[in-house]
Amino acid sequence: MNDIKEKILSICPSATFEEGEYLQINVADKDWFPLAKAMKEDRELNFDVLTAVVGMDWKEAYGVVYYLTSTTHDWDVVCVKVEAPDRKDPMIHSVSSLWKVALFQEREVYDFFGIKFINHPDMRRMFLRNDWKGFPLRKDYDADPKLNPIPKDDEKNEDDTRSYVEDEKGKVTCVPGKVFAPGDYVVNVGPQHPSTHGVMRFRCAVDGEIVTKVDVVSGYIHRGIEKLCEELGYPQILHFTDRMDYMSAHQNRECLCMCIEKAMGLEVPERAVVIRAMMDELMRISSHLLAFGCTAMDLGATTAFFYGFREREQVLDIFEKTCGARMSMNYNVIGGVIADLHPDFVKDVKELIRIMPERIKEYHKVFSGNIIAMNRLKKVGMLPLEDAVNYCITGPSGRGSGWSCDCRKKHPYGAYPQVKFEEVLEYGCDSYARYMVRMREIEESVKILEQLVDRIPEGPIRAQVPKIIKLPVGRWYQQVEASRGTFGVYIESDGGKTPYRVHFQSPCFNLVGVMDLCCRGNMIADLITIGAALDFVIPDIDR
Amino acid sequence: MFDFSIVTNWVNDLLMGFLPSWAAVLVECVIIGVCVLLAYTVLALFYILYERKLCAWFQCRLGPMRVGPWGLLQVFADMFKILIKELISLKGTDRFLFKLAPYIIITSSVVMLACLPWGNGLQIIDYNIGIFFILAVSSVGVLGILLAGWASNNKYTLIGAMRSGAQMISYEISLGLALISIVVFAGTMNITDLVAEQQSAWFLFRGHIPAIIAFLIYIVAATAETNRGPFDLPEAEHELVAGYHTEYSGIHFGFFYLAEYLNLFIVSGIASLMFLGGWMPFHVPGWDGFNEIMNYIPGPVWFLAKAFFISFVIIWFKWTFPRVRIDQMLAFEWKYLMPLSLLNLVLMAVCVALGWHF
Repeated sequence: MNDIKEKILSICPSATFEEGEYLQINVADKDWFPLAKAMKEDRELNFDVLTAVVGMDWKEAYGVVYYLTSTTHDWDVVCVKVEAPDRKDPMIHSVSSLWKVALFQEREVYDFFGIKFINHPDMRRMFLRNDWKGFPLRKDYDADPKLNPIPKDDEKNEDDTRSYVEDEKGKVTCVPGKVFAPGDYVVNVGPQHPSTHGVMRFRCAVDGEIVTKVDVVSGYIHRGIEKLCEELGYPQILHFTDRMDYMSAHQNRECLCMCIEKAMGLEVPERAVVIRAMMDELMRISSHLLAFGCTAMDLGATTAFFYGFREREQVLDIFEKTCGARMSMNYNVIGGVIADLHPDFVKDVKELIRIMPERIKEYHKVFSGNIIAMNRLKKVGMLPLEDAVNYCITGPSGRGSGWSCDCRKKHPYGAYPQVKFEEVLEYGCDSYARYMVRMREIEESVKILEQLVDRIPEGPIRAQVPKIIKLPVGRWYQQVEASRGTFGVYIESDGGKTPYRVHFQSPCFNLVGVMDLCCRGNMIADLITIGAALDFVIPDIDR
Repeated sequence: MFDFSIVTNWVNDLLMGFLPSWAAVLVECVIIGVCVLLAYTVLALFYILYERKLCAWFQCRLGPMRVGPWGLLQVFADMFKILIKELISLKGTDRFLFKLAPYIIITSSVVMLACLPWGNGLQIIDYNIGIFFILAVSSVGVLGILLAGWASNNKYTLIGAMRSGAQMISYEISLGLALISIVVFAGTMNITDLVAEQQSAWFLFRGHIPAIIAFLIYIVAATAETNRGPFDLPEAEHELVAGYHTEYSGIHFGFFYLAEYLNLFIVSGIASLMFLGGWMPFHVPGWDGFNEIMNYIPGPVWFLAKAFFISFVIIWFKWTFPRVRIDQMLAFEWKYLMPLSLLNLVLMAVCVALGWHF
């Protein structure tokens, strides 16, 4: 830690440090970009992953908190706090030229806080309509429905974009631009489309059948969860996580619980820890089975879809027995889990463990080995390793590019240090590699379940928690490996009953950010399969 | 084999007996028209249920079960629903062409059905270029698809129509060449004569290697020709919503739907006539008792059973295989299938010239 401090001070003498959960660096906006460049490019620091970008309104100033990770130095995490100098017209230098993941993340911050990012190439709103008045996550936002009435007419396709460019003297000018070139033939896919896996919209410029550009238009089901959280107590915000990526409901909720438990200094009973891990792995199996089915169906192989769903039903039945629901299980609570396991749980899980290996063989027989499927998936949607890291594509999609990024290994949590499993890596960088990672991860999850199913310790299922939960002043960031990648929860507390700010760092938002990169030069038919192989879930993007 | 022309001639003589000849022909035309349309509808209804039940079976489901016993009446309910639906007309479409397109498609498929003989003498006209005529009519369908895609004024339909045009025109070559190989073998294009040639054994067995290759090429090309999976990319619902018929509603949509199912029957019927002996029963040389029993099964039953079997195979791979991509599909046709069918034609000619067949 001290090495990092010294190194950073030598680059940027004005930086100050705060001790917290992670090393926190406070830096002024004018020094931020050179520091970021050095932190990324310096061999000794090498912070090559921008894990999270959190917009903040500290009342006296707007700002951004960045979480940076270094893949080479033991996955060290540091936190950088940058304040915008001017509250009237907040501006911060963009780091999107260093970490491409910021292209989308900074647009989100702009959308909700109105912080303009200097030198960002495409400073449009991300989720809200272009005619929306105000920036909702600001503390002084006026939510009066008269300001933003329910629109009675269609939103116009906005082709205008802008970029705030700084010249050598430090003067910032707004440079208008266009999303599509004048002669582009733009095909609209979504928001209501059979295979966008939700309410997602892509505008694709095509040349014949070949896609030349994809513009992501999202926000059709955005619910403003982060804003809602600011007015609710900690136990009340838990249920939102099940409604983000509903295919990683357990992992997401565990992440939020762990973040709160970490802040409270609460110890979770051993039994609850093991139950959580088992539920996570069951969730992962069900999610990957859905991904398998959807990939097959988007390629037109409807039968394989039903095969995947057949086994998924079995997993959902296990959830139903213990949690009382098949979706939105609401199972994890602060300090443990809400209910004890159903008496059939062990028997059902063992049955699942017994059938899965054969069934996976069947999937490979009916779909993976099919020559048409291979031709459709191999060498399609190429995402080289550098891009995967730069765009922070974690989870099975990142591991399909050969990036070892499994949070269960890099930041071990819960019961994972106790179990043996392999981090699945494929080096194809294409849709097929991503697909194969998922199939092999099902096998690994089964292995984890096998190790845990006979070792569920006896004891209480949740710790004693106070009636009213208050977190101490500070900021916490917790990550877990959700089904689709690293899911992060950021909580900033001012000591009250409600969080000052909650941010959910969703893996799918990053996944949809590489659609343009992956689809360029491929055909329209591939747009769908690339989307299926990246496997994003829309409610996780539109939080 | 029972000759159905005895029945048809008797009907003809009966009508001629008390009607002037023009009126008799008129009445015959009406009867035939009614029969063809009735057969068309019944077959379409059967095929819809057939495919739904089969795909349910492949997918560990039950399929339609609620309307009637085992869901047998489901298709009637669907058909009724489609008939009473509103025909929506859209802004910015070419009204005339938009409405014309489904009729072109349905006409081409009805004409093809009318040309298929179902049994010995059970046909409308016994052309001397029968198979050639069927191929010619089948190409008219693509015109309807192109019109539908163009007139809808929608980007999805246009892409679907372009794909369909490219696909159907390409695969017609292989389809034609595969059939020509058989024509070379049999030395006739008259369908009755073609089937009569298969009295001793079906062409699939008589022509051995080149005939088997031609049969496989035919099945692949026919699947592509009818826009069915894995070649269903003109209407790839995952990319293009419903391809060229996205904008149609009610019975206009129903026409596309019916034509698709009937085309499946027609290509299966052609395969059955050209390769599997049409209405000829299945015979095993030497098993006289068995052959005798087989002879009792009437010709139309044989024809339909063979056609349904080939449809089963086509439906089977539709529900198993993923969809190919447009470039892969065209590359497959022009780089592999067409050269192969040309080679096969040469091989067949050599076989016939040297007498290397049964």
